[in-house]
Amino acid sequence: MAHGAGGKASRRLVEGLFAPLLFGSSPGPLGDAAQVDINGTTVAITTDSFVVKPLSFPGGSIGELAVNGTVNDLAVSGARAEALVVSYVLEAGLPTPVLEAEVRAMAKAARHAGVRIAAGDTKVVEHGKADQMYVTTTGIGRLLHGVTIDPRSVRVGDRILLSGAIGDHGITILLARGELDLEADLRSDTRSVLPLVETLIRAAGPGIRWMRDPTRGGAATSLNELARDCGLGMVLFEDQIPVRDVVRGACELLGLDPLHIANEGQFLAVVSPEYADDAINALSLAQGGSEVQVIGEVRAQPAGTVLVTTLYGGSRIVDMLVGDPLPRIC
Amino acid sequence: MRFVDEFREPELISKTADEIRRLAGRERHYRMMEVCGGHTHAIYRFGLKDILPENIELIHGPGCPVCVLPMGRIDDGLSIAQRSDVIFAAFGDMMRVPGTQGSPLEHKARGMDVRIVYSPSDALKLARLNPGKHVMFFAIGFETTAPSTALTIIRAKAEGIRNFSVFCNHVTIIPAIRAILDSPDMRLDAFIGPGHVSTVIGCRPYEWIAQNERKPIVVSGFEPLDMLQSIVMLLRQLRAGEAKVENQYKRVVPWEGNHAALKAMAEVFELRPYFEWRGLGFISQSALRVNEKYAEWDAEQRFAVPGVRVTDPKAAQCGEVLKGVLKPHQCKLFGRECTPEHPIGALMVSSEGSCAAYHNYEHRKAAMVSLSSIA
Repeated sequence: MAHGAGGKASRRLVEGLFAPLLFGSSPGPLGDAAQVDINGTTVAITTDSFVVKPLSFPGGSIGELAVNGTVNDLAVSGARAEALVVSYVLEAGLPTPVLEAEVRAMAKAARHAGVRIAAGDTKVVEHGKADQMYVTTTGIGRLLHGVTIDPRSVRVGDRILLSGAIGDHGITILLARGELDLEADLRSDTRSVLPLVETLIRAAGPGIRWMRDPTRGGAATSLNELARDCGLGMVLFEDQIPVRDVVRGACELLGLDPLHIANEGQFLAVVSPEYADDAINALSLAQGGSEVQVIGEVRAQPAGTVLVTTLYGGSRIVDMLVGDPLPRIC
Repeated sequence: MRFVDEFREPELISKTADEIRRLAGRERHYRMMEVCGGHTHAIYRFGLKDILPENIELIHGPGCPVCVLPMGRIDDGLSIAQRSDVIFAAFGDMMRVPGTQGSPLEHKARGMDVRIVYSPSDALKLARLNPGKHVMFFAIGFETTAPSTALTIIRAKAEGIRNFSVFCNHVTIIPAIRAILDSPDMRLDAFIGPGHVSTVIGCRPYEWIAQNERKPIVVSGFEPLDMLQSIVMLLRQLRAGEAKVENQYKRVVPWEGNHAALKAMAEVFELRPYFEWRGLGFISQSALRVNEKYAEWDAEQRFAVPGVRVTDPKAAQCGEVLKGVLKPHQCKLFGRECTPEHPIGALMVSSEGSCAAYHNYEHRKAAMVSLSSIA
């Protein structure tokens, strides 16, 4: 199970099994989407499967996640999603209205993100063999001009940007499962980040080194992957990381770190220092970008590591998530 | 956020840290044990070691319930849950703790019905919802969680819910502190007393530490300012040659404890004559079991329990780390065979365990310091 939680085990599975057997010897650093050359035209392609319980939750549902997630994977790879292919695995007995609601949610999210759903497939499995429904989306995207994403281009002194508050999605899901008897006014942040990414590229395109949408495993896992890929240290300033009080409160109660909690509508970007102000100014004026923050900077040390520093001079290493985040009680 | 941000206020923290440096001086070394795993976690999470002067050494104590649980108990609990009609329910803390045949999560992956619950009463709720199944709650924790287990058993009896039982691993903190103090290789100057446990038992049970052992103890909260203030209070006592019990965590801990919680525990539990602690061995009268009156809700009395005893791998030095004789990274297995993904000892499993805390938050920092001193 840990292999699916987005942290260390997931990465080991990809690097140890999938990449060598499927992609050939050296695929280079693994990003959110791949580039494929077709008759001299380079396109970006990515795929993602969505399994979430409950299917719908405050702020969204599996259908929206499936569209936005793939649109976002392409966006942070510097591509605009052009077409999606959808594949459903349905558990026998799934009520038709539930399915219909999710299909409608997908259509709406696709319209919103400006992407066409071009083809699809459906399989039904026996009752008990799937958790209501799973959705897989594969997206193909046109490369956006004026940006190159490569973790190896990251340099000491670069700034780490975060598009908005973290942890909303993961904590919303945790609360929506209803096992905690906790209630909070909180919604999933699921959205297409493409408009913000395009704003960022217009304002600071040549300065952008790397982007990632920190979904499962949270911001800490994405930044640890970057730290490993570029061999530099990611130093974060704890007081600059935007986290809503509700999320912080839930994390305090449950012994979780907001940096490990999943997001579905945010992205991280590493931008060269001379472009950082332009990037922040443009994003903070754009719709949905008012919470953007410089949350840290790239330093030579601690190499290959994410370090969080506090205002009072303490610091801690934040590793990738190991398995699912499990609440601490005793 | 109220009750949190006030206690993380940078200016106050730096003032308190200055006071600690002034009081600690340079002449001598201070060894203070934080008994509670929650404190260990906080020390690493907030990077308090970066703030403290070098002559204040914090020793991580035995107060992590997951860490002190012998592997045999996990095997015993899981063996009951092998029955197809049993649902194994436990806190998230337990889920990755390895038994000899794997952790509860690994058993779940092989098909066992394992559920994460957030309180014992959630486990009782599961029993109500699954009348055809038997829900066994694998109870762990010190006096912090024992009262809620006790209340849940009382409620199960009152409601006549018979498809519910508790596999009780509750332990008590005082005998563990005594065992630490009796250990010949242990030299401590003072204790940072547990916060959550003390909300239940109060401060009186620590008086013997001050009076008989002449060691100061300050019951402390879990925020950075709480812990630093507790260290100030300990240093003041040590400099004055005093040994008292003091309560820094007054906003939560009543001096006399929580009467209702203690009453619930007394109603349901009795002391075991002895209980095995991982790393510390058998300690007499250090753990609780369900008494005769509530036998029907005691998994150990209801089911056949194999009573598995497992010795820790020879190379693992959990005991020495648990007693504070070794630092986590001084164990031969640390970071090599034993990591948070593949824990061999339980100290590496719980984020309150000193090895996991050290591994997650600290050890690469040490490497960084040594690198920068070369550069």
